[in-house]
Amino acid sequence: MSRRIRQIAALAAVIAFLGFAAPARAQSALYDDLGGKDGTAAIVGGMVDNALADDRIKAVFDNINIPRLKGLLAEQFCTLVGGPCNYHRRSMKDTHAGLDLHEADFNALIEDLEAAMDARDIPWATQVKLLAILAPIEHDVVKQ
Amino acid sequence: MAFMHIRRAISFLLLSMLALPAAAVAQETPGDSADEPERAHPLFDEGKLLATGGVSQVEGAAGGGLSTWAVIGGYGTDDGIGVTVHETFIGLRSFSLNSVGVAAGLYDRVELSYVHQTFNTGNTGAALGLGKNFKFDEDVYSAKLRLFGTLVYDQSTWVPQTAAGLQYRVNDRPDILHAVGAKDADGVDFYVAATKLFLSESVLAATTLRFTRANQFGILGFGSAAHDGYQPEFEGSLAYLVSKRFAVGAEYRTKPSNLGFSEQNVYDLFAAYFLNKHASVTLAYVDLGTIETRQDQNGVFASLQLGI
Repeated sequence: MSRRIRQIAALAAVIAFLGFAAPARAQSALYDDLGGKDGTAAIVGGMVDNALADDRIKAVFDNINIPRLKGLLAEQFCTLVGGPCNYHRRSMKDTHAGLDLHEADFNALIEDLEAAMDARDIPWATQVKLLAILAPIEHDVVKQ
Repeated sequence: MAFMHIRRAISFLLLSMLALPAAAVAQETPGDSADEPERAHPLFDEGKLLATGGVSQVEGAAGGGLSTWAVIGGYGTDDGIGVTVHETFIGLRSFSLNSVGVAAGLYDRVELSYVHQTFNTGNTGAALGLGKNFKFDEDVYSAKLRLFGTLVYDQSTWVPQTAAGLQYRVNDRPDILHAVGAKDADGVDFYVAATKLFLSESVLAATTLRFTRANQFGILGFGSAAHDGYQPEFEGSLAYLVSKRFAVGAEYRTKPSNLGFSEQNVYDLFAAYFLNKHASVTLAYVDLGTIETRQDQNGVFASLQLGI
């Protein structure tokens, strides 16, 4: 009898591992590859610094509290890549309303992000995983 | 006579497309917020991400080397215009083809392109009694319209960027083409192209369904006495982005076999390097099968694209 219980328990453990552990691991793998909490924050910080020096889009950041922006973006990126964060703020549509953002502006920021990741030697295969998560946001922030 | 009508229709289409920018400018209204500084949005905005305009395929459209993609060429976004020029050389065992072309991408919606090609018959020219290195010239005019989907931003759906296009080719030596059995020296292809970027995997997949009567891409004219109807043909590309500026891949394209000798499907293996948004280089190994009666026409494809 106890052997049977052990078998069932083992089976349950395997199912639990397949059902929960694997996806959780897969999601946080990107978070780890980006350097965890500090790495993600540094990438976001580098992206914002690059954007502030980018003639194409620096005017967008006029009158914005930069340290606060970096903090919010770090929290958002951490959440998006499956890290242990919980970003729940206003929707991307709302926060970008009236900013007159164009596709070229979105891509300029993406290029600033790529440069920030290059500076931290994040391999391209990792970069594209983050870019693929961010790409659909274009539909929410451009021409709102 | 029918071709004159088609030519006129294409000219009208091209002119109407060129009128689009003017209409778009006219619709723009001045910004109403006083405190927001007006940001300039240059017309040649170079706003697309590197490599996402593809390279110039052999008939001048944005694509791979042989196959057509649904992308609009150049780096203009949906607010801008991009223009590219390119030169492509294809050197085969018995023939060579040199192309010089220009393409304009308008508002990431419409692509217009023109290519002038020179086909060198090499030793085959002598065998046909035309003289060694006998050359003839062709012009290819194309228009492509993006229907729906965005290559980069639709990462959370399976929707590919999808476009439809047409391509008109005219050859300056109908007498030569009639001698090899072609019915016409000019003709129109129609196609629908779907291109999907799987960004997280760095993979781009492109497929095109082309309706054509062309012999060897139209270089040897269109149709024959025996086979003259439009046929559906397939083009496929699979590319892997090694980095944001370097892509490698393979392409495959099927073709009709209207003339007496058996025309084969073609493929290439390519590498494309994007120096920046103004310059890219593509090198490929191409295998075009049998051309005219000459077998194993494989060789090199080299292309340089410059753009604003």
